[in-house]
Amino acid sequence: MLEAILVMALGAVLLGAALGYAAVRFRVEGDPLVEKIDAILPQTQCGQCGFPGCKPYAQAIAKGEAEINQCPPGGDEGIHKLADLLGREFKSLSAEHGIEKPKSVAIIDEQACIGCTLCIQACPVDAIVGAAKQMHTVVAAQCTGCELCLAPCPVDCIRMEPIAETVDTWKWKYPVFPVRQAA
Amino acid sequence: MNAISSLFRFKGGVKPDSHKDESAQTPIQRAPLPSQLIVPLRQSARAVARCVVEPGQTVLKGEVIAVPEGPLCTAVHAPSSGMVRAIEPQPIPHPSGLPAPSIVIEPDGNDRWIDLKRFDYQAATAQQTRDYLRDCGIVGLGGAGFPSHIKLGPGETGIRTLILNGAECEPWITCDDRLMRERADGVLAGANIMRHITGATRVLVGIEDNKPEAIAAMRAAAERLGNATISVIAVPTRYPAGGEKQLIRVLTGIEIPYGKLGTHFGVQCFNVGSAHAVFRAVEHGEPLVSRVMTLSGNMAKSGNFDVLIGTPVRELLPLAEPRSDTDRYLTGGPMMGVALQTLDTPVIKGTNCILAGSPTLFPPPPPEMPCIRCGACALACPAELQPFELYWFARAKIFGKTQEYSLFDCIECGCCAYVCPARIPLVDYFRFAKGEIWAREREKAAADVARQRYELRLAREEREKAEKAAKLAAKTAAGREKAAAALAEVEKPATTPEEDAKKALVAAALERARAQKEEAKPENTSDLTPEQQAEIAVIENRRAEIREMAKPHVRQDD
Repeated sequence: MLEAILVMALGAVLLGAALGYAAVRFRVEGDPLVEKIDAILPQTQCGQCGFPGCKPYAQAIAKGEAEINQCPPGGDEGIHKLADLLGREFKSLSAEHGIEKPKSVAIIDEQACIGCTLCIQACPVDAIVGAAKQMHTVVAAQCTGCELCLAPCPVDCIRMEPIAETVDTWKWKYPVFPVRQAA
Repeated sequence: MNAISSLFRFKGGVKPDSHKDESAQTPIQRAPLPSQLIVPLRQSARAVARCVVEPGQTVLKGEVIAVPEGPLCTAVHAPSSGMVRAIEPQPIPHPSGLPAPSIVIEPDGNDRWIDLKRFDYQAATAQQTRDYLRDCGIVGLGGAGFPSHIKLGPGETGIRTLILNGAECEPWITCDDRLMRERADGVLAGANIMRHITGATRVLVGIEDNKPEAIAAMRAAAERLGNATISVIAVPTRYPAGGEKQLIRVLTGIEIPYGKLGTHFGVQCFNVGSAHAVFRAVEHGEPLVSRVMTLSGNMAKSGNFDVLIGTPVRELLPLAEPRSDTDRYLTGGPMMGVALQTLDTPVIKGTNCILAGSPTLFPPPPPEMPCIRCGACALACPAELQPFELYWFARAKIFGKTQEYSLFDCIECGCCAYVCPARIPLVDYFRFAKGEIWAREREKAAADVARQRYELRLAREEREKAEKAAKLAAKTAAGREKAAAALAEVEKPATTPEEDAKKALVAAALERARAQKEEAKPENTSDLTPEQQAEIAVIENRRAEIREMAKPHVRQDD
């Protein structure tokens, strides 16, 4: 009887030690789910979801505090991917957070810019260059089209322009055929 | 003569009607000078040359008008002498038909060359010769237009076998056929130069056996050259025998796996036209400014023409007299060619054929029917893929699965669509899927950059906040210390005699230092002549002016 108890107790101690060691040794830094969600989000950093950036939104989704349909730049495709990842039901984009728009880039009207630096401070990816009382301009390649620079501009000299298709970004279209009306 | 005892087979393939006789019967004719030449600066998605001429500048034929930028780029030359009229976006031969920056040249009619000098490749190192070919704008003339100087590089293992691709397997196209018949010596001389650069031990020329005249001409030229390392081999006519991997398989038996190139196995493949261009560049000093191309299809006088790069298709067509019912044009052959969006498109180095289509000659595709999973496409696929599976996934936009089924091994040869009894345009689906995958990769790369920049910005803001707080803390601490010191001074008891003595010593030392400083005056300002003083005054004035100008500019008028 005593022997059996001792053996079980020893086993419990050994297994507990092994588990404790493993918990320390193989500890996962950060939340892998947040990383996975963040990889799906478009990194526009526009804040339309109600969070201050894509990462905070990803954290909120992971904790179950936010719905998956609050990201307009990600669009329906992004929601589908999130739904697949999290095993949740697909929901169409929530209207209060905005609508899906074509990818755009901010353009500063350099004639009208007064050099106030407000847009530089607003840009989440540091894609605007300039200095106080000097002309500002947008580095188009790095602009995510978040529109956060539009509101702070005191002279309304920033506009969004949809990115035009070039030879390098052109894609073959999905094959469709004209349907002829049967006589 | 024949260094190869037996040939190998590639899987799949089809045998469409060859239609070579329409254009192969007449010799190559020189196309007349067009009214304008449109030379695109873009060579591929990763290579855009940098323009070095200005509108209004006169150029000679063969003069460099754009220099290579980046490793995959080659120089661009003026195809004829004349004046640069504009540098502007013009439609380029691309399935999109979208415009891209191009140099527009108005020929002066003289067609005057620059000073042409032969390049002594035997005295030069391989690297020097490759750089020379890059500066001559030599790219592959088979269609893809990949720079030859890169392909002639040693690669991973060095090149032992050089293959000249004269298969020309696409129906209707005969430009390589005519080139080999008429300029076989030049082609083989080019191959010899390439062999010299790469150090290859043998040269295999693969020609489809439906071109007996070309094979005979090349064999005769090889005999004249008296080089035992060159062998001309007839390969069975089966589309796509001219595909690079297929031709390597047929001639050497090497099957190149996914993600590898011929160079990994010591084999490199060149179009016969490229070999001829290398010959012209090295032996005659001529940069690549023209090429032989086929005009065929629904035309009364189909044939091959020596055409300047940049000639608009519209000005070429009268040479071959398209019939009146022609409703569209293709660049390339009927299997892989793409529709021309506008006739203002120029001929580029990779344009091998302009094909005229009519409702009877190339009828519009019949409506797509449901796939019956007959598997005919899988039997025809020379890349040994399963097109029907790829089709399902591409159609359903499940792009991850298409990649699992090796979508990127597809060479878009069109065999699957050719044999499909349901008339499904399979290649269109594969091109769509490839385009979407590339677009997604671009988006992903952009998102990664944005994420990184956002995180850097957050870190910077954090750091600045901490620095500001530290500064503020230091400031208040310093203020407190000062206040405490002042307080201590007031509350300090009367000084001891020793301290007084020390203080007196310090004061005396300070006084001495001040006196010394006053005594020592700058020596170069005394005993000046009036002219020197005037000069100093002028300089001081200028300094004051500059100081004034350096002040922040304030607008006076509003």
